[in-house]
Amino acid sequence: MAATVNTRKLARAMLTPAVVILFIWMIVPLLLTIWYSFQNYNLLSPENTGFAGFMNYKYFLTDPAFFQAFWNTLTITLSVLVITVVGGILLGLLLDQFIYGQGIVRILVISPFFIMPTVAALVWKNMLMDPNYGIFAWIATRLGFAPVAWLENYPLFSIILIVAWQWLPFATLILLTAMQSLDEEQKEAAGMDGANFASLFVYITLPHLARAITVVILIETIFLLSVFAEILVTTGGGPGYASTNIAYLIYHQALLDYDVGGASAGGVVAVILANIVAIFLVRLVGKNLEA
Amino acid sequence: MARAISPQKKWTFTILAWVVALILFFPILWTILTAFKTEGDAILFPPAFLPPHWTLENFVTVQTRSDYFKHFFNSMVISIGSSLIGLVIAVPAAWSMAFAPAKRTKDILMWMLSTKMMPAVGVLVPIYLIFKNLGLLDTLTGLTGIMTLINLPIMVWMLYTYFREIPVDILEASRMDGAVLWKEIVYVLLPMAIPGIASTMLLNIILAWNEAFWTLNLSAANAAPLTAFIASYSSPEGLFWAKLSAASTLAIAPILVIGWFSQKQLVRGMTFGAVK
Amino acid sequence: MKLNRHLASIASLVAIAAAGPALAETTLTIATVNNGDMVRMQSMTDDFTKANPDIKLEWVTLEENVLRQKVTTDIATKGGQYDVLTIGTYEVPIWAKKGWLVPLDNLGADYNVDDLLPAIRNGLSADGKLYASPFYGESSYVMYRKDLFEKAGLTMPDKPTWDFIKQAADKITDRANGINGICLRGKAGWGENMAFLTAMSNSFGARWFDEKWQPQFDQPEWKSTLQFYVDLMKADGPAGSSSNGFNENLTLFQQGKCGMWIDATVAGSFVTDPKASTVADKVGFALAPDNGLGKRGNWLWAWSLAVPAGSAKIDAAEKFISWATSAHYTDLVAAKDGWANVPPGTRTSLYKNADYLKAAPFAQMTIDSINTADPTKPTVKPVPYTGVQFVAIPEFQGLGDTVGKLFSAALAGQSSVDDALKSAQDVATRTMTKGGYIK
Repeated sequence: MAATVNTRKLARAMLTPAVVILFIWMIVPLLLTIWYSFQNYNLLSPENTGFAGFMNYKYFLTDPAFFQAFWNTLTITLSVLVITVVGGILLGLLLDQFIYGQGIVRILVISPFFIMPTVAALVWKNMLMDPNYGIFAWIATRLGFAPVAWLENYPLFSIILIVAWQWLPFATLILLTAMQSLDEEQKEAAGMDGANFASLFVYITLPHLARAITVVILIETIFLLSVFAEILVTTGGGPGYASTNIAYLIYHQALLDYDVGGASAGGVVAVILANIVAIFLVRLVGKNLEA
Repeated sequence: MARAISPQKKWTFTILAWVVALILFFPILWTILTAFKTEGDAILFPPAFLPPHWTLENFVTVQTRSDYFKHFFNSMVISIGSSLIGLVIAVPAAWSMAFAPAKRTKDILMWMLSTKMMPAVGVLVPIYLIFKNLGLLDTLTGLTGIMTLINLPIMVWMLYTYFREIPVDILEASRMDGAVLWKEIVYVLLPMAIPGIASTMLLNIILAWNEAFWTLNLSAANAAPLTAFIASYSSPEGLFWAKLSAASTLAIAPILVIGWFSQKQLVRGMTFGAVK
Repeated sequence: MKLNRHLASIASLVAIAAAGPALAETTLTIATVNNGDMVRMQSMTDDFTKANPDIKLEWVTLEENVLRQKVTTDIATKGGQYDVLTIGTYEVPIWAKKGWLVPLDNLGADYNVDDLLPAIRNGLSADGKLYASPFYGESSYVMYRKDLFEKAGLTMPDKPTWDFIKQAADKITDRANGINGICLRGKAGWGENMAFLTAMSNSFGARWFDEKWQPQFDQPEWKSTLQFYVDLMKADGPAGSSSNGFNENLTLFQQGKCGMWIDATVAGSFVTDPKASTVADKVGFALAPDNGLGKRGNWLWAWSLAVPAGSAKIDAAEKFISWATSAHYTDLVAAKDGWANVPPGTRTSLYKNADYLKAAPFAQMTIDSINTADPTKPTVKPVPYTGVQFVAIPEFQGLGDTVGKLFSAALAGQSSVDDALKSAQDVATRTMTKGGYIK
């Protein structure tokens, strides 16, 4: 009895500093952002301050780029999720087979995950996608096509490609580990019953992977909703607004307009959108994690 | 392997796997190779796969222009420091949430995670002002602190999902034995928790190493890590691909090596819950 | 525990790093861009530190956009991280007016302020006081391939018109052999395509705003500017030109893929450098084109060194600035790397130096270009702002960037010229209304 009370107390005591710190970290910037979002505050016009009402929100939500940015954010997030999960499963299945030099193959496949986003974007932009000197241009000319100006003609697709390259290894590694834990006997037994590869995959492997897929989706979504460095380095959100997402739009307000009020309003809008996504995630994750 | 696999199948899969792996690795390989080219050779078209004239000149230029080891040291301190401090805070929190969950624990966790989806740039100015008033601008203390805070939600969440999978029965049993809490933790919980903690820590080292927004904007000369080092090589004038590649190679090499050696530990913790 | 030991060692490392070196000397933190001339300056500083052993220099060298963000955030919040700032002619008048910069009154007897080129000096002064000292200055001009012009039977006049440029570009373009008649900036950004297009629009009689700050993108002058530019680039420009900035075009020109290139005068030393350029001995120079309206399409810019207000190290900072922007520094570079590599465009004396004129074939055209640019009267019609290729108001960075993106979409063919101009007009009206310019 005494032990239990002690345990409870100690648990609370251990929890308190962590939760307090977390809470402060979550709430202070959020409150600051909400406060500034109702203020006239431009770093470059410090003399012009005061309560702004909903003006910052009005300007952010009616920004000509807002709707496109909203859709681009969703497009980037969903496309990369689909590419990495599907690609990760396929790659996982392939690497789960007997392969000579499997250790090295794994190392090669996982590597892109360790690369700084800025470096990845610079390398893709300059050395792969450049229409005059890039590798892609060279491949295109070898195949008899005209080189494609990727960042000019397919800006959003190019960004999705770069981001997917960075996250595919992560998905593959998690899904592969999950597959490898699948009971060999379970597969054997199913195989004995005459199940072919397809039904084995659909009825045994896929359900087994459900939780691993959930982990992948959750962690990736956190980062994909605010993809930024890749856009800044490659297209700068353009041409036009073709590759502007919400994070980039807020960047534009914060570090080109130096409009702290406007950027804060954007931040609040982004948090609300993120929370809507989080509600969906809770449903999805909640279901799979309960199991 | 219980079933015999035909050699033909073995080779098909092997070749397929190697082709895919090499395609995925190619951009990195290309960067490393370009680092050893002269600037002129770096933009040859059609491209020269291997450097026509191997040279270390780019590495020399990069080192004389900016002190690599200072940036490297800063990156190490920030990424490892923030991960360790993060663990000190996150382990107890996740432990309590997992073993003494309150009603809304999961909602709180999700809310915490959702705040991480807020673009960092929205709060740059408020944070900059706070840092300035506390004298934390351009200090390793400040950068380590902010990295800790940024990754904390993910750390707590990862540890929480991991800890939840530790069978509670064992704890109950040890409690029956009259084991006091610290014994419970040291002898029962900790050994089981190590893989999850290791994996959380590794992921955070990687994330902190590669974080380029806060580390770049809150540092100047003293505390600037490798992300700032890179930002001085995307040149607005003249050829720069080879120098940029050399700087990139230097910046990614340490984390790449750490990643290669620890990839198994990195996933083990994350998939524990997923692979009962 | 192992963990504890690590923690302890990390904590002590952090403590050491935070405390910093306890030295008696003054440390100057200098924020600068990673352009070639600034990188060279870092390798020259022994000369300075030998004469001033009590001053230690710390460099923060960054890519232009990152630098601008960091420096602006720091100065606006009075963060005090930097003692010497590298800023341009856009920032200086705005920041000086806000009292963010220290007037440079103590540059020493050797500095010789009257030697500075008048156009540059005006651009860096407010109320008759110099607020930043120019490190190098530039205008823009036409660089062209003499061999290709000869082959096409053309002669480039010293003062070409836009019509001539178009005709010449059409003639020279030979896509089968990878020759583009003309390379121009297309990459979005207020310092990239908008610097070029704004300067160009001046020669077409266009302006950003009328005297009442009403945006003018709905006027015919802008339409003819943008239409001419898009048509020219479609017919004679390189592939993917909407992502080409200064550096991409420089590489293309150096590799012999452009017949003409209208861009910064500092490029002159890069395209004539035999080590970097395959066409080094075939380059000619001409003034930026006009349309006979009295204004040419050339700009004015100077990367300059300034001291933030509130700095505790003003004396040391001024000493350094005086050294880095002096004629003495020019001699130092000339002795070490040759006359062609000295920072151009700041001092009259340099353009009277026979050694320099001999080593730099672009020198005369550079000084002529700089002298024809007038930031105080940039346009044909009257305007309420200063700045040739920019509008010196704080809102311009964000607005210029957005308009730049719209125009680069027009160049990429993703929107029509009319749509781009209409969107630009809307965005500019929004920004000016929010900023309180339009009542």
